[in-house]
Amino acid sequence: MGQITLQQVQKSFGDTEVIPPLDLTIEDGEFVVFVGPSGCGKSTLLRLIAGLEDVTAGTILIDGKDATNIPPAKRGLAMVFQSYALYPHMSVRKNIAFPMRMAKLDKAEQDRRIEQAAAALNLTDYLDRRPGQLSGGQRQRVAIGRAIVREPEAFLFDEPLSNLDAALRVGMRLEISELHNRLATTMIYVTHDQVEAMTMADKIVVLQSGIIEQVGSPLELYKTPRNRFVAGFIGSPKMNFVEGDEAVKHDAHAIGIRPEHIDVSPKGGTWSGTVGVAEHLGSDTFFHIHETGLAETLTVRAPGDVQFKHGDTIHLTPRADQIHRFDASGLRIS
Amino acid sequence: MARAVTTQRKTLNTVIAWGIGLLIFFPILWTILTSFKTEGQAIADPPLFLFFDWTLENYAVVQERSDYMRFLWNSVIIAGGSTLLGIIIAVPAAWSMAFVPSKRTKDILLWMLSTKMLPAVGVLYPIYLLFISLGLLDTRIGLTIVLMLINLPIIVWMLYTYFKEIPGEILEAARMDGASLKEEILYVLTPMAIPGIASTVLLNIILAWNEAFWTLNLTAANAAPLTAFIASYSSPEGLFFAKLSAASTMAIAPILILGWFSQKQLVRGLTFGAVK
Repeated sequence: MGQITLQQVQKSFGDTEVIPPLDLTIEDGEFVVFVGPSGCGKSTLLRLIAGLEDVTAGTILIDGKDATNIPPAKRGLAMVFQSYALYPHMSVRKNIAFPMRMAKLDKAEQDRRIEQAAAALNLTDYLDRRPGQLSGGQRQRVAIGRAIVREPEAFLFDEPLSNLDAALRVGMRLEISELHNRLATTMIYVTHDQVEAMTMADKIVVLQSGIIEQVGSPLELYKTPRNRFVAGFIGSPKMNFVEGDEAVKHDAHAIGIRPEHIDVSPKGGTWSGTVGVAEHLGSDTFFHIHETGLAETLTVRAPGDVQFKHGDTIHLTPRADQIHRFDASGLRIS
Repeated sequence: MARAVTTQRKTLNTVIAWGIGLLIFFPILWTILTSFKTEGQAIADPPLFLFFDWTLENYAVVQERSDYMRFLWNSVIIAGGSTLLGIIIAVPAAWSMAFVPSKRTKDILLWMLSTKMLPAVGVLYPIYLLFISLGLLDTRIGLTIVLMLINLPIIVWMLYTYFKEIPGEILEAARMDGASLKEEILYVLTPMAIPGIASTVLLNIILAWNEAFWTLNLTAANAAPLTAFIASYSSPEGLFFAKLSAASTMAIAPILILGWFSQKQLVRGLTFGAVK
């Protein structure tokens, strides 16, 4: 069981309030991602749950029990750190065994779990090496192995993939998702990368300045962002925002339209502009369009075979049913 | 452009490095050579380098006149004892400063270091009086305590620097893995800090071994270490250069040997953190 409930949890460092009172429930077995720009308090929130930071006020419940003042060692949570935080003086085997050694598990059981974790994480051949002799991806797997073997109530991941290169990151993302499917244990995952959030989460918690902007499934956040911040943060490339006359036509202070919801044509669209930079990904092409009279730049996603050159005039047609409307305070108008 | 290191340049660097090394070592070499000369040859003009009548006479005389082993033993106890005591006090201090710093941690560190700026002679009188009233004059325990206190700021600073290099996340990982504070210190921190602790111990033994001001002023016969042993051969008339050299060689030999065998550890320790 791994249900975690935060009730009016608040955190200040000195006079600076980094997390205003906040409520959140994480259900047992859920994969929850905390996402937000750097400095939004997502890591602090995770560290509060872990017990590595003390809450200033409020209550943290783990499986209904008050864990607010329980030290991290006794909370039954496992954490994977951004820097992996492996013990450099111990072999991979000893690293993975460490939490079980602390829990005074008998040796046979320790070995059984180590073999099992090593097999699952492709580490069997590396058990006798030191962390310093491993690649980044292998180190990350050791850190995950160390977290798995103690069979925790929940896993906490603090930006675990940000030190890996792009290709490895995609691979590890899949591995962690598969791990979650297999173990069905609660996982809380912190990242600033909205792609990781979208691809892995059951539930995304979008944070800004310590405030929860929205909680929902990836598609909920994509389709019905509660405000302009969430609308701009979720989705890649970012949503285009248009203010002024064009927005007034839609009875809004601002309208938002995602790059993939604008159709392009050489002539005859609703809007027109000049092509600036074109980013060819092969499958898609992102056009950055200037001189539309709507916003400084509009980004448009077109199929990879659509050809426009720098300086060409391009016509744009937003899909009417995909236009998001926001009021003056940035909130969604439904 | 990458810096081209030519063979010629390498040779030049090697020659210069050896030159500087020999220059620094020369006084010690001269002392050792002199200890094998007769008193007459020791003050010969022009000085004799290698071609003289090698003799062990000085060593025999020195050993006959004073009990080398007693001084050596005092040195070992005072240097070793003050280092051990210092480490026991400094490890927890450095730990708390490195991992649970307060607003005043930096100030405390600087204040500790500032005590090293005070000329020792400035506190000789009060300490001398204290030693008299506490009955510590010419005792090993008194010297051990004084040398420990003198070197404590350096020990704390060195350990603090090493501990700062240990990433806090690793300690947090241990905490998450269910380790108690004791287990965290025993199984994670200490093994990681061993190179730092070892080089601190070595450096401190050398400092305490060579310390002359307090050892000369606070001892007479019972607790006198090797520094006092050397000093007893230095006379204003200066006619005992060879014997003084023999005494010096005997006094520095143990620490020279220790330094030689631990030089790798020392260099590693002193550059720890600078080279990653």
